[in-house]
Amino acid sequence: MSVLHIVNKSPYDRNSLDACLRLAQPDSAILLIEDGVYAAIPKASASERVQQALNNHQIYALQPDLQARGINPDNLIDGISLVDYDGFVKLTTDYDKSQSWL
Amino acid sequence: MATKKFLYVNRKAPHGSIYAQESLEVVLIAAAFEQDVSLAFVDDGVYQLLQNQDTGALGSKNFSPTYKALGDYDVSKIYVEQESLEMRGLGKDDLMPLVYEDEDDDWAEKDSIHVVSSSELADIIEQQDVILNF
Repeated sequence: MSVLHIVNKSPYDRNSLDACLRLAQPDSAILLIEDGVYAAIPKASASERVQQALNNHQIYALQPDLQARGINPDNLIDGISLVDYDGFVKLTTDYDKSQSWL
Repeated sequence: MATKKFLYVNRKAPHGSIYAQESLEVVLIAAAFEQDVSLAFVDDGVYQLLQNQDTGALGSKNFSPTYKALGDYDVSKIYVEQESLEMRGLGKDDLMPLVYEDEDDDWAEKDSIHVVSSSELADIIEQQDVILNF
């Protein structure tokens, strides 16, 4: 299996998500955690880039980080999957390696 | 002591760094000195006011209900930049309701949050004596 890309910065504060989307191979997965989960909100200026990325990547968002920020997990960009902390751990073992876009 | 106009500009998301929480504490302290306090929420700062924040699973302090105390400290001028909201797919309905009681209007409960355009916010910034950034 390939790489798990982890993004923990808001797409409106840093360019981490864009760097990740530019440099992630098709079929690698992307996990949004901490302020990275703001990228999961629909109808925002980053939504189109995320939607585009969903054609080539599985994208996950960490549920406790959504909840902390008041983001409704039932109203994310279509196609984004939720994971809890156990799911996060499982993803890191399912993929060969992790790349954290700090 | 002469009253000065203080503006606190908040531009950071709430849980990824300590800025938002520190700003809120400083605002509440300064408000106790009866200054003319305004708050501006710009860029990722608008995320601070989202409804239903629950940090239970993170084990960190959930300070978001504290914003609701601002009205009791006579902090009733809260400006949120419209452009910042729109860019993030948000609107006023996504924000927590913040109110104050207007002593000049028989203590009627009024909305503290004002969604303003960039140019309106630029004017508000111009009118201040002291501007603090978080």
